[in-house]
Amino acid sequence: MTTATRRGFFKLAVAGTGTAAFSALGFDLAEATQVKLQLHIAGATEAHSVCPYCAVGCSLIAFTRKRADGGTDILQIEGDPDSPVNEGRLCPKGASAMSIATSSRRVEQPLHREPGTRAWKPVSWDFMMDRLARLVKDSRDRTFVTQDDTGNTVNRCEGIAFAGGAAFSSEEGYFATKVMRALGAVYLEQQARV
Amino acid sequence: MTNHWRDIKNTDLILINGANPAEAHPVGFQWFMRAKLDPKRGPGKGGGAKIIHTDPRFTRTSAVADTYLRIRTGTDVAYFGGLINYVLQNNLHHAEYVQHYTNASWLVKDSFGFKDGLFSGYDPAKRTYDTATWGYDADAQGFAKRDMTLQDPRSVFQLLKAHYARYTPEMVSSITGIPKDEFLKVASLVGEMGRPDKVMTIVYAVGLTQHTTGVQLIRSGALLQLLLGNMGRPGGGMNAERGHANIQGNTDHAISWEILPGYLAIPAPGEKNLSDYVKEKAPKKSDPNSWNFFGTNYKKFMVSLLKVWYGDAATKDNEFAFDYIPKPAGNSSWISIYDEALRGKMDGVILSGMTATSIGPDSNQVLQALSKLKWLVVMDALPTTSSEFWHGPGMTPADVKTEVFMVPATHWIEKDGSFVNSGRWSQWKDQVISPQGQARHDHWIMADLFNRVKALYQKEGGKFPDPIIHLTLDYKDPLKPTLDEIAQEINGRDLATGKRLSTFAALKDDGTTTAGDWIYTGSYPESGNLMKRRDGVQDPKKNDPTGMGFYPNWAWSWPLNRRVMYNRASADLEGKPWDPTRPGVQWNGTHWVGDVPDYPPTMNPKDPKALLPFIMTGEGTGRLFSNTPLDGPFPEHYEPIESPVENPLHPQNSASPVAFLYDQAAGRPNRFGTAADYPYVATTYRLTEHEHYLTQHVEHLVQLQPEAFVEVPDGLAKEKGIKNGDMVRVSSKRGKVEARAMVTKRLGPLEIAGKRVWQVGIPIHWGFVGISAEQHPEKSQHWLANVLTPFVGDASARTPEFKAFLVNLERMG
Repeated sequence: MTTATRRGFFKLAVAGTGTAAFSALGFDLAEATQVKLQLHIAGATEAHSVCPYCAVGCSLIAFTRKRADGGTDILQIEGDPDSPVNEGRLCPKGASAMSIATSSRRVEQPLHREPGTRAWKPVSWDFMMDRLARLVKDSRDRTFVTQDDTGNTVNRCEGIAFAGGAAFSSEEGYFATKVMRALGAVYLEQQARV
Repeated sequence: MTNHWRDIKNTDLILINGANPAEAHPVGFQWFMRAKLDPKRGPGKGGGAKIIHTDPRFTRTSAVADTYLRIRTGTDVAYFGGLINYVLQNNLHHAEYVQHYTNASWLVKDSFGFKDGLFSGYDPAKRTYDTATWGYDADAQGFAKRDMTLQDPRSVFQLLKAHYARYTPEMVSSITGIPKDEFLKVASLVGEMGRPDKVMTIVYAVGLTQHTTGVQLIRSGALLQLLLGNMGRPGGGMNAERGHANIQGNTDHAISWEILPGYLAIPAPGEKNLSDYVKEKAPKKSDPNSWNFFGTNYKKFMVSLLKVWYGDAATKDNEFAFDYIPKPAGNSSWISIYDEALRGKMDGVILSGMTATSIGPDSNQVLQALSKLKWLVVMDALPTTSSEFWHGPGMTPADVKTEVFMVPATHWIEKDGSFVNSGRWSQWKDQVISPQGQARHDHWIMADLFNRVKALYQKEGGKFPDPIIHLTLDYKDPLKPTLDEIAQEINGRDLATGKRLSTFAALKDDGTTTAGDWIYTGSYPESGNLMKRRDGVQDPKKNDPTGMGFYPNWAWSWPLNRRVMYNRASADLEGKPWDPTRPGVQWNGTHWVGDVPDYPPTMNPKDPKALLPFIMTGEGTGRLFSNTPLDGPFPEHYEPIESPVENPLHPQNSASPVAFLYDQAAGRPNRFGTAADYPYVATTYRLTEHEHYLTQHVEHLVQLQPEAFVEVPDGLAKEKGIKNGDMVRVSSKRGKVEARAMVTKRLGPLEIAGKRVWQVGIPIHWGFVGISAEQHPEKSQHWLANVLTPFVGDASARTPEFKAFLVNLERMG
């Protein structure tokens, strides 16, 4: 077997017998690799993910470690060599998946911008969800059509649109469809067209 | 994709149109290169598959292609039409396949016609066709007359031949700009692919779909594939590369105005009950030997959906709560949302993971639309050009009365659930880390919001609360459903036993079964969640038993874990593979074996009553002629709405006569530019280092591609005195982009009907939000590529024309 799998490579490297596998490079990487992999791997757990960017669907392995406070740190994200889709390979976007997973630019709390104002105001989840529920109900009641001009039962809400989901898990997308259709939404779109 | 990524290694010839996989889907592109490097593949005696890249721009895909054809953007119907004509004129089609596996032998009724660029049934006032004029010549039962010799002048085959006879190599060249000799070299390679021992794939992306002829652009490729007998075969098919991680899954689950989960049509006003609905929407059987599986079972899938949504409130007596499903008045797709807002009819918009401002089209007009809303909700992990629109370019916050909410949502890696890739493989992922900050899962936000709205209706009453009150939320915690619970709901159950089903064949129309999405029934049977399966390339011998790259126990693909759709067509009439070295399925005397068959698993193909091969269509065959698209039963070349030339096929109907012109329909001015003021053709695209707009927040990627730019062909740059790195202004009738010029040989001039045409290219990624924008606060005010694009859609899908429009180009100061 000429192509070592990542796991095979890891075992070889850890066992310190990787020389043969890398002799083609003209020098032995085993020792350096061993140190690097041990830093990544020590105490780590493997979790499986899929790249969040395009729809090739490259499988990822995320190495994580539990913190003393019970949280989880990601140590490393790399391509999953077992996948028949990517066989371990990643593009620049997938290879930087760690950056987006642990971004310091995240919106970390609900923000509210009142009409005509110049700034966001941090608000509580409870305030925001109550306010949204009120707006959704009022807009639904105002724009709901039970019968059209020719007397057909149509039961549709014309004044609320939902758009999104290309980054949802499928099950989240299904749930969004389910609740939005129950509200009567007809303007329901995601990124398939655009 | 009808096929899947790894399957591309099985092909002999790859046509890539409207796509740049080496840069936009680089890891998927390895399968193209494996075919190219495999000496068993390829036209003639092999030596490796050939790659033909047809694109306005010479990209990294072109660099490794065997042939690069520079094409004028938006003219691929002419290219495919020319290939169809070449194949038919030279009798290179796969005769047995065309005769038995397509509707070539169906006779078309006399009311169908085509003249001067218009199909029959055109209404110029409404800009629509009466598609009923395009039907088959059918008997009282609805069965079409057929002529198996394909000689009848009203047969689909002869009509097709006549339609494309106009697409001569000279005509192709004068429309597309591809030199005639280069076109003919490619045509001769394509012509070889009608042999049973050869197979070709067509791969495309939004460079083909995002035109006012988008649906027909795809159909023209599909027609070619049917004529060559390449649909249903490993290494064949029509393969769309999708651009976001889970567009496929969320299209399947119907976040799309015109469908319910599993591609069931949304009912229309006037369909009063399930019988009306099925009668209008289900495909009709047009041959006695057609199974018409979808049409025949339509009601079962719909009732199983209604039953899982509305539970005990969905009864036989109330048509399983059919009235609870909203019936749209008309097209309610993406552009329509902002059109309604401009008309003052839209109160609120909820956006999740997509930003209207950057996406456009016509971003300036979208900004106006957003400012007319009462409220806007942005559920996202990071700020977007929509969450920040109220202080975006040209906006005065004090004048923007929209109430805006930024709802912090979790990232993909903070939740589990499945992503479905372009090849329909549904792959489960783990929750790797906990949500950052106060971020919450999108579905928990939606559940919380829904429950609060429901409480308001319970307390206050209001308009038709029934579907809200009765919607099933049978989760351990209705405020926090798990994605595992939802995956089980999608799969569906037998209500009598409570057991999860393993196939949609078990679904019933009497309310005794459920399925949230019938095409996913079987993804999560009693044996467990098959989307989690991981038997991959660690053991190819065991995990890929056919050696065809199906890997049936890696994840799960819809429908029924089938890896190549329509695979009955991969075998001949007797069930033998067209190419025994590349079998899809085959009849072993008692069973169909190989891939999961797209056919009854024990149906003997030699039985005279054996069903036709395409079990999902009413015809039982592939459709060379179809009255489903709203813009014509055969694809026809029309110019983009903004074009520098007239359509030489029919100048009196140059652009699509049925493209939807939103502004005109709403009584607003159209704002289309002409070549006199906007002489250059522009197109838009992605770069490897960015994914739409999200990656403006990723430091590494911003370092790799730090600033907006415009690609300008070097000959044009010389004419305009533009040097590499100069600031340039690109303007359309609708707006302007100001960015650096990248002067390049990747773009070059085209000769179109004796006229020289220049194309410029605009990457889409930049705007006024993100790291680059923070580094360049002034410049980034003019970085939105989609301020340039027109507010129009194609007739059927209403997909915007992002990929072909007119601009002017000036060197700045």
